[in-house]
Amino acid sequence: MKTLYRPLLAAAACALALGGTGPGLAKDAKDKDKKEESAAVKAARDFNKDPYPSTYKPYPSVPTALVGATVFDGTGKQIDGGTVLIKDGKVVAVGGPDLAIPEGYTRIDARGKFVTPGIIDAHSHLGDYPSPGVDAHSDGNEMTAPTTPQVWAEHSVWPQDPGFTRALANGGVTSLLVLPGSANLMGGRGVVLKTVPARTMQGMKFPGAPYSLKMACGENPKRVYGAKGRMPSTRMGNLAVNRETWLKAQDYRRKRDSGKLESRDLAMETLVGVLDGEILIQNHCYRADEMAIVLDMGKEFGYKIQTFHHAVEAYKIGDLLAASGTCSAIWADWWGFKMEAYDGIPENAGLLHKAGACVVIHSDDANGIQRLNQEAAKAQGDARRIGIDVPDGEVIRWLTLNPAKAIGIDKLTGSLEAGKGADVVLWNGHPLSVYSRPEKVWVDGALLFDSADRKRRGVTDFELGQPGEGDVK
Amino acid sequence: MSARKLTAALAALLACTAAPAIAQTVAITGGKVVVGDGSDPIDGATVLVRDGKVVAVGRDVAVPAGVRTVDAKGKWVTPGLVVAVTDLGLFDVEAVDDSNDSGAGRSPFSAALDISQAINPDAQHIKVSRAGGVTRAAVAPLGTGSIFGGQGAVIDLGADADPVTVPRAFQYVDLGETGARRAGGSRIAAWADLTNALSEARELAASPTGARRDDVLLSRRDAQALIPVVTGRQPLYVRAERAADIRMVLSLKKDYPAVKLVIVGASEGWLVAGDLAKAGVPVLATPLNNLPDSFEQLGATHSNVGRMKAAGVNVSLGAYFDQPRYAPQYAGNLVALTRVPGASGLTWNQAFAAISSGPAEAMGLGDRFGSLRAGRAGDVVIWDGDPLELTSGVTAVFIDGVEQPLRDHQTRLRDRYRTGPAEGAVPKAYEW
Repeated sequence: MKTLYRPLLAAAACALALGGTGPGLAKDAKDKDKKEESAAVKAARDFNKDPYPSTYKPYPSVPTALVGATVFDGTGKQIDGGTVLIKDGKVVAVGGPDLAIPEGYTRIDARGKFVTPGIIDAHSHLGDYPSPGVDAHSDGNEMTAPTTPQVWAEHSVWPQDPGFTRALANGGVTSLLVLPGSANLMGGRGVVLKTVPARTMQGMKFPGAPYSLKMACGENPKRVYGAKGRMPSTRMGNLAVNRETWLKAQDYRRKRDSGKLESRDLAMETLVGVLDGEILIQNHCYRADEMAIVLDMGKEFGYKIQTFHHAVEAYKIGDLLAASGTCSAIWADWWGFKMEAYDGIPENAGLLHKAGACVVIHSDDANGIQRLNQEAAKAQGDARRIGIDVPDGEVIRWLTLNPAKAIGIDKLTGSLEAGKGADVVLWNGHPLSVYSRPEKVWVDGALLFDSADRKRRGVTDFELGQPGEGDVK
Repeated sequence: MSARKLTAALAALLACTAAPAIAQTVAITGGKVVVGDGSDPIDGATVLVRDGKVVAVGRDVAVPAGVRTVDAKGKWVTPGLVVAVTDLGLFDVEAVDDSNDSGAGRSPFSAALDISQAINPDAQHIKVSRAGGVTRAAVAPLGTGSIFGGQGAVIDLGADADPVTVPRAFQYVDLGETGARRAGGSRIAAWADLTNALSEARELAASPTGARRDDVLLSRRDAQALIPVVTGRQPLYVRAERAADIRMVLSLKKDYPAVKLVIVGASEGWLVAGDLAKAGVPVLATPLNNLPDSFEQLGATHSNVGRMKAAGVNVSLGAYFDQPRYAPQYAGNLVALTRVPGASGLTWNQAFAAISSGPAEAMGLGDRFGSLRAGRAGDVVIWDGDPLELTSGVTAVFIDGVEQPLRDHQTRLRDRYRTGPAEGAVPKAYEW
């Protein structure tokens, strides 16, 4: 996966992924003329796609066996009296009471406790809108043009946001997608981070994760730009600006593929990344009718909508979302705070599940990210009351493997399967109970939160010397 | 739609639009009853409600002959939830300005504003909150151009035309960063506004002719509205988060000993818990702040409420502006903290009281509602499980002894979209 983002190899890898329709083919066909290709054309095509590379490496760990727990593995399965083995940052094995524990493993008696994969939030603004939420920290919305695909959320991330430590300790969150805000139709690139404390954004960056492009439909873009007296000021304006921008991106891509591109354009590079299938679309969209239009826009220009975010009306079009393979990242029961949220219902997740669509519980909130498990449990209860029984293991999947898929890291984490990153939470009770909290959290096998060890708790630079430094929080 | 279906639909329509029933005598039997005063739940108990009030609770309550009985075996029975300091009933859609009466930033009035005039008992948010078990709320006017929000009201969430339990139940003031911003850019401006306003009210109260000095800042109506505050007849709710701000609020008692203070928010309350306990001032704490969201809550922690409680502070939950129906979830989180090493939380009984009798008592209305003690309003909720647990839901709500409808925009949408589109069927717009 990582190689896909290395410069120079990128074009070839991409061609494979797309069955020979990508830039690689164009490159091969023109092999003969390669000598005449100008340096400018080369630079515009073979640029470094990973110029701010991750420097994160798993922290020191010891081989650990969690023994006797109820394990929800993230794929929907529940194993009673389960054992989870982690070593060298990876999950080694997950099994029942008969799973042998090799020598050299530290055993943790997890009887009466619960184990899940690390929780994943597919929609966060931590770091971009950090605490304290003062104006000087407002770095999530580049509200100066309706399309800004050239901005990257990672360039706003403040790694000292105390929200990261709270998400890890109280929510068991180990990975999250930090997105630009929704003021713009195309808000910019999102970045997948680990909730590991670090001096730099690069030190938190999830190695091998793809980029995402944040898009937004509905009220926000038309309100923000309508108020500035410019397009878009209506929903039809939203679509028109989007379509014109995609047309430019298609044109840019054609030029690149035919060797006619002589200068780089950051905005177009992001959009072409989407058309090439390298960058995932994360589309803020509340209303069912608008989601249906956006799905058609994706078909018109040849890209897939990976995930609709906020999607409070997704339950109205569960069939369309199941057919398109698009996830819905939703709150359990937020509704009514704005016009396009008026038809939100708490049974959204349950009805989507019943329709066979991909459900993701997301937060979009520095407090909510600490309780994603609770939000999922509420949605489970609301589903049950209308006769939709979603097993616990499947509900845990809404917080783990499904968001991993929604943000493109499902091959790397999101479930407890041999070979995947050992992002693991040991809960002191059933994770779908309000009375439970994470007891220990491992990120790539390293124990980064332990409720029994007050020093195994991250304290950000900002909090040093402040009231409550190192408090339980 | 078939004729039979149509008749059924009409009957349902009539049922839901009919005038609400008058309070009946009802016995809710066999449930696990939570009185809400901090005592242990009672298994297999009966709650008897007559003429809109609770008359008896316990295992040995005799059910008079001919009384309507509701079987609550296997269920939990609790007082209705009480949410203190909320904007419930003030908007249809928060972000649709024309539907939103929670702010009056361009009004020339402040303390005189009376929120009871704006309560809309038909607002969907009231219906949804009611279906979540909330039966009473202290509605606060929050956004004027001044530090004074105006006079808040205590309401019930019943499906009737008369939502106001107590109009002008309290005066609401913002101090801290919000108050400073509104007053002119500094805490000193907010403090000057507050103390000047109280002194003008005191002078007006003492003037037999109603004459005033000619250098007053407050309009007569605003000053008049503050007279019950300085005389202690109307509580003064003050929003303050920072420890230093809370100490300043408490110092008000020196010059105005009659003022009945209630502190709202109190994210750093744990840092001044001793002072709060000593002053005996009730606190309506935002339940789960734990981020340094602003410089006035650097010390915020989930353990705030638990620590205040342990120090003897009269603390309940309030001032959460997302959804009132989250009260049980927040209370449940405080119970969870009792199992986290080093953290402070509440016992289950304390936690439930913190969303029922506690806020009612902070309002000074604990003798009227908030618990299932005899003589309190017949506000009763039946739950299909532990009310603080996430997967539990409400099965019935009574307010003043009247069983409430639990239908709302959300349940209607849910019922319409329960099944996907069917081939050959009429559009869903005809399914209602």
